[in-house]
Amino acid sequence: MDSAARAADPAHLDTSTGLDSRKMAFWTFIGSECLLFGSLIATYMAYKGASVTGPCPHTTLLWNGQQCPGILDIPLTSISTFDLLMSSLMMVLGLAAVQRGNQKRAAIWLGMTAFLGAIFLGFQSYEFTTFWHEGLTLQTNLFGTTFYTLTGFHGAHVFVGVIYMTVLAVLAWRGKLGPEKSLNVEIGGLYWHFVDVIWVVIFPLVYLIP
Amino acid sequence: MATTTATAAIPAPAVAQPKTGLWSWITTVDHKRIGILYFWTSLSFFLIAGLEALLVRTQLIRPDNHFLSANWYNQLFTMHAVTMIFLALMPLMAAFFNYVVPLQIGARDVAFPRLNALSYWIYLFGGLFLTIPIFLGKMPDGGWFNYANLSEPAFSPGLNIDFYVLGLQILGLSSIISSINFIVTIINMRAPGMRLMRMAPFTWMTLITAVMMATAMAVLTIALTELMFDRFFGAAFFDVSRGGDPVLWQHLFWIFGHPEVYILILPIFGIISEVIPTFSRKPLFGYNVVIFSGILIGWLGWGVWSHHMFAVGLGPIADSFFAVSTMLIAIPTGIKIFNWLATLWGGSIRFTTAMMFATAFIATFTIGGISGVMHAAAPADLQQTDTYFVVAHIHYVFFGGTVMGLFAGIYYWFPKMFGRFLDERLGQAHFWLTFIGMNITFFPMHFLGLLGMPRRTFTYADGLGFDTMNLIATLGSYLIGLATLILAYNVVRSARAGKRAPANPWGAAMLEWAMPSPPPEYNFATIPVVRSRMPLWEGSNVLAEGIPHGREMEDTEEVTFAGAKLGKVSYPDDENIMSADDLGIHLPPPSVLPILLALALSLFFASFLGSHWLSLAAVICVALLVFAFAFEPGHSGH
Repeated sequence: MDSAARAADPAHLDTSTGLDSRKMAFWTFIGSECLLFGSLIATYMAYKGASVTGPCPHTTLLWNGQQCPGILDIPLTSISTFDLLMSSLMMVLGLAAVQRGNQKRAAIWLGMTAFLGAIFLGFQSYEFTTFWHEGLTLQTNLFGTTFYTLTGFHGAHVFVGVIYMTVLAVLAWRGKLGPEKSLNVEIGGLYWHFVDVIWVVIFPLVYLIP
Repeated sequence: MATTTATAAIPAPAVAQPKTGLWSWITTVDHKRIGILYFWTSLSFFLIAGLEALLVRTQLIRPDNHFLSANWYNQLFTMHAVTMIFLALMPLMAAFFNYVVPLQIGARDVAFPRLNALSYWIYLFGGLFLTIPIFLGKMPDGGWFNYANLSEPAFSPGLNIDFYVLGLQILGLSSIISSINFIVTIINMRAPGMRLMRMAPFTWMTLITAVMMATAMAVLTIALTELMFDRFFGAAFFDVSRGGDPVLWQHLFWIFGHPEVYILILPIFGIISEVIPTFSRKPLFGYNVVIFSGILIGWLGWGVWSHHMFAVGLGPIADSFFAVSTMLIAIPTGIKIFNWLATLWGGSIRFTTAMMFATAFIATFTIGGISGVMHAAAPADLQQTDTYFVVAHIHYVFFGGTVMGLFAGIYYWFPKMFGRFLDERLGQAHFWLTFIGMNITFFPMHFLGLLGMPRRTFTYADGLGFDTMNLIATLGSYLIGLATLILAYNVVRSARAGKRAPANPWGAAMLEWAMPSPPPEYNFATIPVVRSRMPLWEGSNVLAEGIPHGREMEDTEEVTFAGAKLGKVSYPDDENIMSADDLGIHLPPPSVLPILLALALSLFFASFLGSHWLSLAAVICVALLVFAFAFEPGHSGH
């Protein structure tokens, strides 16, 4: 982008708060996303234990006194949670590398972020297919409906993030992500960390608390 | 000397020529043009929604009427509300947000001009998508609140509710994008010296509204997504046979729906807080209090949603909480009303049409506010729920409040937007017919409701005592219809052939009046430095030279309608307007991507009515266009 075009872009003008407009817009977007996930999580919590038939998240009794087998695999999901948290570490290292101007290193870290995100999605696909074989679909009961919608919504956000990070990694590899562009990576990082934080909320609420 | 001949060759600064042509409108990223697009589109939908209301009223003109079938009646009252709220009133406010707010804060444009265009095009396509079912006879028919489980596939198998769910998803996207844009614009794009507590009241109310939109719309998105999953993928969210709870829909919908009520009224408070000081020639009484009570309304607006659900049976504790929180909102609202009255007090009042609508607003909105407090009392509300009393209340708030306020805004800012005045004589006719018509239409509904006439029922039996008042209400609605036709004629005619307006025709105080009408594409040739809340009323010379008084206006040429050049608004001060290039101002280049991305996003939601392959294609298009959007030269990107 040439300097005239940069000056033309209102986002690059000096702002009233000194905070870049794109960054502020992203924080606002995250605020909106909080309500989005908040509503989904509230729905999950409101329907917790309200399923008429099995399978259930944890082994419990149904309304008619029947045993409902628990379906969640907590050790497996703990591994994928650890994987997702590590991806946030990669993101931090990637941003630091961009800010230092070390683009090849940044490309590796950002690529690792995307890769760990993809592994998380792999875990989720495995989990979904296993549950599907065990008879839990979107239509089976309220647990299936709320579980697939909530975690699927989060998975879709991770998927978008993986593409986002891959693009940033490719840009860095090609040497187009100098320190002056570090804000772009910082915004990408905001997104990635936000998606992680949401999982930090979902994981205990859905998996750990019976 | 050779140098003198060289200087003579330098061309004189060119007079700015406004860009014309369809393509320039399609690719525009100028907030003023987008504002004008919002203006015309929302007015068109306003006429459609009004027509739907007239059909509903005609059905109710006499008992046992069969002008409309019950099926059509359900569709029309639903579409009346949905069209008014999502396609007419909110976008008409967006027209003013777009046109006025960047001017009021002294900015050249909004923070993200292309996202702004994107919001408009998503709104347009969402609106068109919601218009399709009118021609199929399959309009949404579950009320604008679309309660589960009536809206479940088992009870509403047709396309009707599908159009509601998908159409509102598209429109919600537009609202979220534009609200984020306006939050950033107002916080970040202010001119030097424009502190937060110096901002115009309309800008302030826009900021509060934008915050509410960004958050409330997200809740609606999830409510709609859950219903969408139920309808398209057989999920169990609101399916009672699988343990689903329809009350969850009510909670999610009203957690959105009540902030939405304030989204529809706070910008009006802003408009009134501009119009009344201007035409009273007095600063707004208690500026700080007006702003903070607006913030308080926005805050409390999140904690009152269950007063829509008193009849559900949430229990005495929940009912008491929401009754008290609802009554609390009357305090900041009442404060504002007294501030406006105190602004009028001792003022040098000019009754232009804008001012007449603004003063009438205070009265009619207060009536709606008082019946609102009546609803807040949960035991009384149990009697009023689902009767015409509620219909009377919401129409005093939305028509007596929102619509009257928007009319005030139209007469007030039209000269700025089009460089021409709206005809004041037609305006007076419009005002009186509207004011009388709305009271004749909606006041009898209070009595109808207390007599027990249920709402949303397509007819009523003879001999229940409902006949006369329904007849009166329907006749009143025809008066409103006539008034609205006058407005439509006035707007279309005056945009081409109205009296020309100078920069500050009303002698107003805010920054938007510092520029020629309409402003050049770059707004301010030099970004102003702001020293007070009322930049144009600064200093003693303003008071000494006087602000235009009475109904006299700057005299310009008389243009007849027939003799007008079609579609051209000439600039009264065009010899003073230089092009952006001559001033060295770089504006973001036009872009075709917003309309394409909006089309792809709308297609994605529409594709749920078609095949999954269409959805996949739409997703790929969206992804590619987001890429192009992010890397488009001349705009912010990665």
